[in-house]
Amino acid sequence: MAGSFDESGADLELVGVTKRFPGFTAIENLNLTIPAGSFFALLGPSGCGKTTTLRLVAGLEAPTAGRILIGGKEVTATKPHQRPVNTVFQSYALFPHMTVLANVEFGLKRRGIANALALAHEALRLVELDHVASRRPSQLSGGQQQRVALARAVVNRPALLLLDEPLGALDLKLRRQMQLELKSIQGEVGLTFLHVTHDQEEAMTMADTVAVMNKGRIEQMGAPEELYELPRTTFVANFLGQSNLFTGEVVESGSDAVTVDIAGLGIKVPRERAQRHAGEVTIGVRPEKLTLHTRKPDTAAGVNILGPGVIIDASFTGVSTQYLVQVPGLPVITVFAQNMAFGPVAEQGAEVWVSWRVEHGFGLADEPEPEARFAADDDTRTIAVQRRQRLEDELDEA
Amino acid sequence: MTTQEAAVLGRAEEAPAPRRRPRSGRGGAGSWVVGAYSLLALGIMMIPIVYTIVFSFNDARRTNIVWRGFTLDNWLGICDDPRVCESFGNSIIVGVTATIAATILGTMIAIAIVRYTFRMRTLVTVLLFLPMATPEVVLGSGLGSQFVNMGVERGLWTIIVAHIMFCISFVVVTVRARVASLDPSLEEAGRDLYASPGQVFWRVTLPLLMPGILAAALLCFALSFDDFIITNFVSGNAETFPKFVYVAASRGIPPQSNVIASAVFFLAIILVVVAQLSAGVRRRRLAKAG
Ligand SMILES: Nc1ncnc2c1ncn2[C@@H]1O[C@H](COP(=O)(O)OP(=O)(O)OP(=O)(O)O)[C@@H](O)[C@H]1O
Ligand SMILES: [Mg+2]
Repeated sequence: MAGSFDESGADLELVGVTKRFPGFTAIENLNLTIPAGSFFALLGPSGCGKTTTLRLVAGLEAPTAGRILIGGKEVTATKPHQRPVNTVFQSYALFPHMTVLANVEFGLKRRGIANALALAHEALRLVELDHVASRRPSQLSGGQQQRVALARAVVNRPALLLLDEPLGALDLKLRRQMQLELKSIQGEVGLTFLHVTHDQEEAMTMADTVAVMNKGRIEQMGAPEELYELPRTTFVANFLGQSNLFTGEVVESGSDAVTVDIAGLGIKVPRERAQRHAGEVTIGVRPEKLTLHTRKPDTAAGVNILGPGVIIDASFTGVSTQYLVQVPGLPVITVFAQNMAFGPVAEQGAEVWVSWRVEHGFGLADEPEPEARFAADDDTRTIAVQRRQRLEDELDEA
Repeated sequence: MTTQEAAVLGRAEEAPAPRRRPRSGRGGAGSWVVGAYSLLALGIMMIPIVYTIVFSFNDARRTNIVWRGFTLDNWLGICDDPRVCESFGNSIIVGVTATIAATILGTMIAIAIVRYTFRMRTLVTVLLFLPMATPEVVLGSGLGSQFVNMGVERGLWTIIVAHIMFCISFVVVTVRARVASLDPSLEEAGRDLYASPGQVFWRVTLPLLMPGILAAALLCFALSFDDFIITNFVSGNAETFPKFVYVAASRGIPPQSNVIASAVFFLAIILVVVAQLSAGVRRRRLAKAG
């Protein structure tokens, strides 16, 4: 591979990969195929094994079992420097004894690429840091260091680029800008990107395919819309956006819909959108799919109705209003209502009904859990908020 | 303004703030006493050094104890007493050779101890520190008798071997701290960026360890250069500078020894000043580049 760039991206295949650390299984029988030239996002809470997965692919860690193939070639036993892969490390890992420019040139020089200097400058311009090329990494801010780390990896045009939360330390504006840059770099050369992130919005907007990871396994994988519209597990339903989840017994399993007993009402879910068709099941619907009614709506085919309930909270957020509705015997229901007319549709304390179209519901695969509705601390949103808070504190200090 | 605030302000302005003594509540008289005491202590410490330097300019006859007048002859004719130069040359040869060997070996040992688990690692670590804890007399006499027992002819080489042995401990201690604080992800980044294991070592690991290695080498050279006790046991007929001075002391040390001692002192001072200045220059240049 010396002396030239890869023509295009390569596909990545993980077959039955398991990684055990002494006394701890970080990755459990992971099967994954990422087609060449695609933008693949790995999304999951802290400690679920995202970094470990990337390290396995980069060759910095050897799998306990399983095989790794890049571009159809088995690389399980290949040394890291012989894999056509580059990583943007979560901790940046910039060489402190070299200038920014020397950092970016490092990979090019090791491969004997001809015009390393010019390419390095170009990559630095791409991340808008060419003016600090002669500085040491320690003289840069965290966000700048992150961008240098990005330039140092991207400049090599690897067949497969591994990004471990490469935009985590950037402010919102810069992050959006870098997201666009990344997308255009990826499209331009047709590289394969494996992008790890906490930020579900980032994953949804950038990636062709999103995989949601939890406790060393992939919970669900698919196009962003598919994942959002049809989550298969409670974890995915709560991790990607918000969901209203209800648990009940299946009372009727018809040819095109499953009817579930929720607080005495028969709620229907399309058969092909439900993972389980018998016994105790959890079904759900996204808050923006719900409609709020101040009078009991007429029962109609193809519409589910819950109520009556009481609005216990209404918060106006601009484009929409978020209502929390308490229906006796059910968990609190969240409703996002578009502010089409002036002002809120209903006041706090008002008696309301909620309805949604049957085709918007989904049925989950896992065994119902009592606390499933409550998002864990390691939820992406919490983490994103903490990150932002830390960043703001840093800015304040500066 | 509290002293703390003042200190912060002083730092912020980057002004060469006058030396403040925080919390010197006793005021003028107290600080005067402290100042005088410090001067006295410093003076007492400096007396032998000043004596050595001054008497390097003495127009000495048979002994260099009484002041007989100023001359530059000693400085201009260092090698007039050939034993001075020969022993000094030997010390340099021993120091440089032992430093190079001990630094290379010690660095490799330090990396191995931090990075790899091998059988009896703890034992090796303990054994490495033994020479530091053992009195030099014991070490020297033991080594000396070993050389005699084994029929090794004592000379420069036995001195070098002995110096390497005790230097390694100090090198390992110094470099080990540096290896332990080295972020392993930097080496991983190197491997990820197409550097072979050898290239990672030369371009990433070694440069990052360099400050520790240089410090260890300086320490080793200093220890070797003025070691007398161990050297005395293992040197046979070979003369090193400390040994020569010791032997000469009973008959009258030639003033050329003072010259060499003074020169070494000045060299050390110059080295420190140059290091400080160049660090300052580099800082300023980097600040400007930013
Ligand atoms: N060298 C190791 N030895 C033992 N356990 C490890 C090791 N490296 C990682 N782990 C464990 O493996 C799990 C997965 O770690 P990993 O770094 O992949 O998490 P992550 O998904 O990247 O998390 P984050 O989002 O916080 O970066 C963690 O529980 C971690 O404690
Ligand atoms: Mg991680």
